[in-house]
Amino acid sequence: MSAAAAADTPAVTRTPAAAGALAGTRALLRFALRRDRVRLPVWILALFLGTLSAAGKFTSLYADPQARDSLTDTMASPAGLAMTGPRHYLDDYTFGAMLGHQMLGFLAVLVGLMNVLVVTRHTRDEEETGRAELVRSAVVGRHAQLAAALWVAVVADLALALLLAAGLGATDLAPGGVTGPLLYGLAHAAVGLVFAGVAAVTTQITAHTRAASGTALAVIGLAYALRAAGDAGGHDGLSWLSPIGWAQRSYPYVDDRWWPLLLCVALAVLCAGTGFVLSTRRDVGAGLRAARPGRRTASGALLGPLGLALRLHRPLLAGFGAGLFLMGAMYGSVLGEADGMLKDIDQVQEALRRIGGTSPAESFASMIMVILAVVASVYVVTAALRPLAEEHAGRAEPLLATGLSRVRWAGGHLAVALGGGTALLLLGGLGIGITGAASTGDPGLVLSLTGAALAYAPALWVTAGIAAVLFGRLPRVARAAWTVPVYAFVTGYLGQLLGFPGWTNDLSPFGHVPRLPAAPVDGTPLTVLTLVAAALVLVGLDGFRRRDLETK
Amino acid sequence: MTKAIAVTGLHKSFGRTHALDGLDLTVEEGEVHGFLGPNGAGKSTTIRILLGLLRADTGAARLLGGDPWHDAVALHRRLAYVPGDVELWPGLTGGEAIDLLVRLRGGADRRRRDELIERFDLDPAKKGRAYSKGNRQKVAIVAALASDAELLLLDEPTAGLDPLMEVVFQDVVLEAKAAGRTVLLSSHVLAQVEKLADRVSIIRHGRTVQSGSLSELRHLTRTTVEAETDRPVTGLDRLPGVHSVEIIDSGAGAGNRVRFTVDGGRLGAAVDRLAACGVRGLTSHPPTLEELMLRHYGDELAANGHGAPALHEDAR
Repeated sequence: MSAAAAADTPAVTRTPAAAGALAGTRALLRFALRRDRVRLPVWILALFLGTLSAAGKFTSLYADPQARDSLTDTMASPAGLAMTGPRHYLDDYTFGAMLGHQMLGFLAVLVGLMNVLVVTRHTRDEEETGRAELVRSAVVGRHAQLAAALWVAVVADLALALLLAAGLGATDLAPGGVTGPLLYGLAHAAVGLVFAGVAAVTTQITAHTRAASGTALAVIGLAYALRAAGDAGGHDGLSWLSPIGWAQRSYPYVDDRWWPLLLCVALAVLCAGTGFVLSTRRDVGAGLRAARPGRRTASGALLGPLGLALRLHRPLLAGFGAGLFLMGAMYGSVLGEADGMLKDIDQVQEALRRIGGTSPAESFASMIMVILAVVASVYVVTAALRPLAEEHAGRAEPLLATGLSRVRWAGGHLAVALGGGTALLLLGGLGIGITGAASTGDPGLVLSLTGAALAYAPALWVTAGIAAVLFGRLPRVARAAWTVPVYAFVTGYLGQLLGFPGWTNDLSPFGHVPRLPAAPVDGTPLTVLTLVAAALVLVGLDGFRRRDLETK
Repeated sequence: MTKAIAVTGLHKSFGRTHALDGLDLTVEEGEVHGFLGPNGAGKSTTIRILLGLLRADTGAARLLGGDPWHDAVALHRRLAYVPGDVELWPGLTGGEAIDLLVRLRGGADRRRRDELIERFDLDPAKKGRAYSKGNRQKVAIVAALASDAELLLLDEPTAGLDPLMEVVFQDVVLEAKAAGRTVLLSSHVLAQVEKLADRVSIIRHGRTVQSGSLSELRHLTRTTVEAETDRPVTGLDRLPGVHSVEIIDSGAGAGNRVRFTVDGGRLGAAVDRLAACGVRGLTSHPPTLEELMLRHYGDELAANGHGAPALHEDAR
């Protein structure tokens, strides 16, 4: 204790200015790493294992040179390039090149997301909750919290990079090379640091965590869109505007160029520096941009349980709606090439045969529907558990102390979950239908694919019903509702691909939906699912009517 | 006269914690009733049971003649509630939150709402996430008082309010009382309760330890008396109910001064004794609510190493 104090004191007196602004950074870093001791390893392991399994799939699916050539042709299409990376990888499409081409851009988005969440969590979230005030009142410098948050990002990014380098180096992806795996790993770290820097800036601008992370995520989306447009259209200049494009242009396993990563590091340092400077121009807890005043009185639309629920769910619903539409549109745009793309992959062919359908395009579309429905179900679970979140936040109590009954209050939220989920399916279906019709030249797809997506609505309602029952009867374990989308994804998508036994799929509400457009329309399971959903919602609401409110 | 709140023998446990252990509470119509007790005594739990948000394990509770659990919605139209820790929707403005709560209770006078916003100096255009603790309380107070509720359930409503707003709050509650409304006021601000409440209930460990009007309660506690007399007072300490007699020697020619405490019912005899010695000056302090409270919780403080029992054993 005294030894530590003695060691610290001279350091402070030696460099008073620098140590002053950053005082306490090391302690805050240790504290942040301790807070994230589960979260970060899970992130890093998931990204690492996802990459390893993709690498494994490449070597098993494309061992045959013919399959590889066919894949190269498919990837050379604009849609293929938009979803992956620059064309240069295709010149010699080795396994290593496939990894760099198909995985790097996608992983860069996820690594960016991890970095944004890490930085906002340890800076703006701390300020918004008021915890930062407590910390800053101790011997902690002005820049210590942001510095510690950025160091957490650095530690996480480097850990991921080294893990990837070691893990990929040990596979038979590109025997002998050390540079390829190392560069591939560090490309992730470099992109990650850029977005950590971006988050360091966005957290200064607004006073709210969600706006800060949302702005940074929009920057990630923009970076991805720039490189997608650039790569698809062959406008290299556009791709060079995007840090994700830079990372992809390090061409690991192909050219092994290091200098594009230096661009990333330079931009990251510039952004972080900007963040530090901007942070001195604002007060603790405040943003650079002052909050705008809102309405002094409520509009008529807000003044009921349904209006309130709609208002509270609106941002999330809008985000999912835009996301699903774009996702559907992305898959729809490759529908025309689905025949060529899938014809030489035996495993996919086999999976598609199991699904049925008159053409690979139809079977492919049926498979995409499952993905769209699972993504929509993520929203549905969030929305159906929203009343519980409101309850825990203490915001249900004042409402339920008015003339609003419990059933009407929770019913408003559930109605938005049910209706919102259906609207999401409609948007996703329209997305894939419109671009699918354009890419195949068959205008009938707009209607048939939208209808195919909507066929999943009853399964979504069952999902909402399960969440409602847990909320009403077993609020302590309500988060178990998340197993429904996860299970549906594993059995409905991976299970079809890998040929799981049929009964595994029957356990999921999504397994009972006819796989339109490949399979024929069958109303019976849809009617049964709808009735089950109605029963579950009623049981859930009745349970909520009988239990104690969970109070803060 | 009907009772606005009638609670007897209320029990409520959360797992192994007994929050309420046979609590009784009676609030007459039209009165302001102070509901006192330290943190964790069960005040909020009681109010939540009265609101039908929690269900009592055993015991009887009637609210405005109805059953708080079964008739919750119908009863809620006739009451208004202010929690001690108001949470607002981060994306809704204060004005929107007020309108929402008021509307769900059955609507209110727009003019009264605006007037209250003005009196409490609240900016209704700010988003919920931007409000301080005190401003969040104001939102709930305005929403509660803007309606025509017969019964106001206020659970530490002024936590976080500044002293100026505290005064406004007291005015508003007195107006509500003048309008014939019933108020259950749970509070730690004893001066506030002393000023507003007709009757108080003091609870501890989920049980009511004392209930009655303030004067009744004072009667049960010792009054401090200080007197200056012509002749030295003798025989005071032999009187029943008189304690801690102290002769104050304030130097030659200053007269004879004495200080003592006396049980509520014994004041008369003590004053007679003083009169016999020729009273020149007399001050008496009825016990403050703080002293009343400390009388019930003194042993707890003593156990924590504070000399609190001294306060009522030999008051200053």
